[in-house]
Amino acid sequence: MTSALPLIDVQDLTMAYGDFILQQNLTFSIAKGTIFAIMGESGCGKSTLLKHMIGLKRPAIGTIHYYGKDFWKSSPQEQIQLLQKAGILYQSGALWSSMTVGDNIALPLQQFTDLSPKIITELVALKLALVGLKGFADYFPSEISGGMRKRAGLARAMALDPDILFFDEPSAGLDPISSKSLDDLILQLRDSLGATIVMVTHELPSIFALADDSVFLDTETRTMLTTGNPKILAKESDITKVRQFLSRNALSPEKGLQH
Amino acid sequence: MTTECALQTNRDRDRLCLTFLGSWTIHTPLCAIPAIHPLFSPPVTTLCFNTDNLNEWDSRLLIELSRIIDLAESQAITVDNQGLPPGVRNLLQLTKQNKDKPSAAEKTTTPGFLADLGNHTLGFLRESQEMVIFTGEIILAYSRFFLGRARFLKEDFFYFLYDCGPQSLPIVTLISFLVGVILAFVGAVQLKMFGADIYIADLVGLGMTREMGAMMAAIILAGRTGAAFAAQLGTMQVNEEIDALKTMGISPMDFLVIPRMTALIMMMPLLALWADFIGILGGFFIGCLTLDISASLYYEQTIKAITLNHFSVGLIKAAVFGYLVAFCGCLKGIQCGRSASSVGKATTSAVVTAIVFIVMADAAFTFLFNIIGV
Repeated sequence: MTSALPLIDVQDLTMAYGDFILQQNLTFSIAKGTIFAIMGESGCGKSTLLKHMIGLKRPAIGTIHYYGKDFWKSSPQEQIQLLQKAGILYQSGALWSSMTVGDNIALPLQQFTDLSPKIITELVALKLALVGLKGFADYFPSEISGGMRKRAGLARAMALDPDILFFDEPSAGLDPISSKSLDDLILQLRDSLGATIVMVTHELPSIFALADDSVFLDTETRTMLTTGNPKILAKESDITKVRQFLSRNALSPEKGLQH
Repeated sequence: MTTECALQTNRDRDRLCLTFLGSWTIHTPLCAIPAIHPLFSPPVTTLCFNTDNLNEWDSRLLIELSRIIDLAESQAITVDNQGLPPGVRNLLQLTKQNKDKPSAAEKTTTPGFLADLGNHTLGFLRESQEMVIFTGEIILAYSRFFLGRARFLKEDFFYFLYDCGPQSLPIVTLISFLVGVILAFVGAVQLKMFGADIYIADLVGLGMTREMGAMMAAIILAGRTGAAFAAQLGTMQVNEEIDALKTMGISPMDFLVIPRMTALIMMMPLLALWADFIGILGGFFIGCLTLDISASLYYEQTIKAITLNHFSVGLIKAAVFGYLVAFCGCLKGIQCGRSASSVGKATTSAVVTAIVFIVMADAAFTFLFNIIGV
């Protein structure tokens, strides 16, 4: 596969709940090894876009290609294979509450690899150590804090050493220090593992610290306004709303008109 | 992923070099890894790595490496990790940092039999205490309710009336009809031997009105409505909805428990009455069809057998059972923990506790009514 071919390619995607169109004409692609941010105001459909990309929701119109393969036209088996190359960190961790943290991470390994229980235990310990949770394998999700649950969720997302990691609001609900350390962790993991990261977020510090590329969804026009590196967009975008979002300016019309 | 993995070792005086070849991923078959321990004797001072011919790697390589490095470090051997890919070096570095130390070393070990017994006894006592406290809270809530100061939504109350009553009617009808049929069959075999067929009407009539009508309605509602109450309140607990009510100054007892409990206490006697009627009808069919008792005779005998006393015994029981089902459902729901699995436990516990209480209360009632001769 040539490096020019994007890892994920979204073409003319329309997302709808019944007759209600949430977003339309979304076209963007994500190159291998980038950290891609899906930005936008609350309620603009960022999380829904993520759900479309990870196969939880079928697009009303449009296609999503992984490695040049149309996800929704693939057979269920192929879809599962594609999804196994992706790890997903849900907003509040989504750890299975009836299992210990260790079992949560071990489950995909037990189900999808032929590794021996001993190796799996070691892998679980390694993943927990990577996210800074060494020794927490025997704890239940209800016994650890929200930030730790998130990191445990990240360890579970990385269980199968995925090529793509999807994060839904990775730093939401975390204090600035925890959120910074999670950002650092994500960056280190990307650099070491060479994984592609797609994250939904509206936390500016995370966006600037991590993202190489992004798409901006708009609530009013129900479509994407722009794509590109957020650091450059913040300075050079000719769309007022994007600049305001990225510079945290209140949406005051005068200010918008001046530029 | 076709290339297999291999580990070569070469020793240069007191320097040991490990060469990793091929693919080291969790999806490649395991390769034979030589035991590392013997390689360290005669003593080595430096451990180095060579990964020039390593094709692909993931966590599989990392766990092998960290095992080897731990072993080396425990023997005070210098580890030279320059030969590792930068990504591997970073990740190994990352595993070294340990921000959160588990509070009490590891989790506590499983207690012995005596400790277990003690814990369960204490748990039982605590649970009994919680039930008494909850009863007290219910009394307080109802006193507010009768003073007109309880806050709850009328729509909620009507919804629960509808859910407990009309919605439960089909299943109550089916079950009580069959219970009437069963009672009639069981009695018929015995009574026929004495030629006392006609008393089947008494047996079914008394059995349904005094015992089975209320009991069956209560057990059905324990499984249907009590479980639903526990699951609803448990989920609200998980979502912090109950906390939101509290901080807004609305008592969850008033807002959540009163409408449910009142609806159930009001509907249970009505359902029991319906169950009585349908059960007697079931007995009537069996009496007329298989025992050749004439319909009018069966009717006369039934009317004679059931007095208002028998009905009231059943209806009083039904109201109490309604209270017990709502009590267990709401208590377990409000006590629910903060996770999905605890909602499951709360629901199970609500149904089991309710059925145990129903049967215990029924025994107590039978004993009591026997003494006072009703």
